[in-house]
Amino acid sequence: MNVRAKNQPQLSSTPNHANATSAFSASNIERIRADFPILQRSIHGKPLVYLDNAASSQMPQQVIDRLAHYQTHEHANIHRGVHTLSQNATTEYENARLKVMNFIGAKESREIIFTHGTTEGINLVMHGYGRRFIGEGDEIIISAMEHHSNIVPWQMLCEEKKARLRIIPMNDAGELLLDEYAKLFNKNTKFVALTHVSNALGTINPVREMIATAHQYGAPVLLDGAQAAPHMAVNVQDLDCDFYVFSSHKMCGPTGVGILYGKAALLEKMQPYQGGGDMILNVTFERTTYNDIPHKFEAGTPAIAAGIGLGAAIDYITAIGLENIAAHEQALLEYASEAARSIPGLKIIGTAQHKAAVLSFILDDIHPHDIGTLLDQEGIAVRAGHHCAQPVMQRFGIPATARASFAFYNTFEEVDALIAGIHTVKKVFA
Amino acid sequence: MMNNPRALYQEVILDHNKKPRNFGVLENANRHAEGHNPVCGDHITLHVKIDGGHISGISFEGQSCAICKASASMMTGQVKGKTVVEAETLIQEFREMATGKLDVNAQPHHLGRLTVFAGVSELPSRVKCAILPWHTLHAAFKDMGSTSTEKDF
Repeated sequence: MNVRAKNQPQLSSTPNHANATSAFSASNIERIRADFPILQRSIHGKPLVYLDNAASSQMPQQVIDRLAHYQTHEHANIHRGVHTLSQNATTEYENARLKVMNFIGAKESREIIFTHGTTEGINLVMHGYGRRFIGEGDEIIISAMEHHSNIVPWQMLCEEKKARLRIIPMNDAGELLLDEYAKLFNKNTKFVALTHVSNALGTINPVREMIATAHQYGAPVLLDGAQAAPHMAVNVQDLDCDFYVFSSHKMCGPTGVGILYGKAALLEKMQPYQGGGDMILNVTFERTTYNDIPHKFEAGTPAIAAGIGLGAAIDYITAIGLENIAAHEQALLEYASEAARSIPGLKIIGTAQHKAAVLSFILDDIHPHDIGTLLDQEGIAVRAGHHCAQPVMQRFGIPATARASFAFYNTFEEVDALIAGIHTVKKVFA
Repeated sequence: MMNNPRALYQEVILDHNKKPRNFGVLENANRHAEGHNPVCGDHITLHVKIDGGHISGISFEGQSCAICKASASMMTGQVKGKTVVEAETLIQEFREMATGKLDVNAQPHHLGRLTVFAGVSELPSRVKCAILPWHTLHAAFKDMGSTSTEKDF
């Protein structure tokens, strides 16, 4: 199919070792950047330097084209029509599910549930698993570096069920204390919800080992993979996680769709999250029989175009190669961190040994929102604030940070622009 | 009309952010209010002394961005000695200016030097930073104790 053929990024996925500092050669990175129309934009008369990828990444033309092709030629509702368009749309949507399955190494496609995003995936597990299997006196373990979306649903559950939330502490580098983690377990521990990569600090947690610990106590583990899935190869069977959640829009796909992976045996035991169409087998006024997984958890018409777009984004990322992406982003992070450390008054928040390409920092006593506004005047997009992780800010005794987060389409020149921008901010406040 | 955010920063910050006026606790204050912007974490506390409808004293403390701190600093200077009714007029006018509803060059107002904040209307994400102190002052007058930028007046 011509769309599929067009759906490949125009570059070789072979790392170019001529450039020792990156997985991409200069020409490769230029070709990648040419796939992203938005990167040609200027902001306040300056070339856009987009360093807010942890919040949302940009979309390549291949994904934009796939969305346009779907809307132009293929749209119909799925899973119900007998007509050609509906059947085709269903096939394309289910193909996207298979791509997701392969992307994260799931065993079966019925373990892949389309959600609206990471947040909904966590809430689905809280309702479907938590409300059924967690009760009074039980304990749920989360970490000190969770995004609010992996705190609040569990707090709500604890309040409802009179269960207890236990927190894995971290050190000043932003690394979880594994000894303390092991001590939190007891016979009441019923669940662990943990971020794979911290959005505020960049820390990559040793989740494989932590999952093994939880399983010794029979506690299932949910991993928040929103910041991991776009940046490193993830294999849910190798990790042995019970649930894995992530979002399309942080990995070059559209907003409005995300993924919940769950082990089939657990998903089958769970209660539905929302009632409605598509999630039923049979409905009478006396009784409803629920559909099988994954459809049991997919009530109503989903974001069909977005789901198919996510499939195209996976094709795009896979063709570049997650190893290449990780290597290039690591090179950017090292280069940026070294340059940032040389700026007087700049302090990096989050200095874990294993880090994704997130540079969170504070600068003298300049509020991060002022940094963000002034960098924006230079065309540089960063996030400023608490990053929906207020407990992380409290842990470090700061109200907020400025955060530059990198993607595979960012360049060393853009890091230079960021560093120059930070110097400009310092000058304004001098 | 100042519409260059860099210019806004230079005007406001160089002075009031570095040397905020009326910063600290006010002895004998009879009204207090806390203002909080949950979006960015700005947090200020206002202490106000009202005598017979007049603001005889006012101070602020807390942690905030430069726009919020400078706004609070200039606000305390402007409302001290005024009546509560006059201050409420300023609150209303400041809000309208910051949200772009009042053109300070074309329409009558009482804002005086506070017009240096007109440029903030060009920065939608920062409007609340500038308004928070005024929001909090209104809460102090009403004896509401605390307020947030997420609440309407």
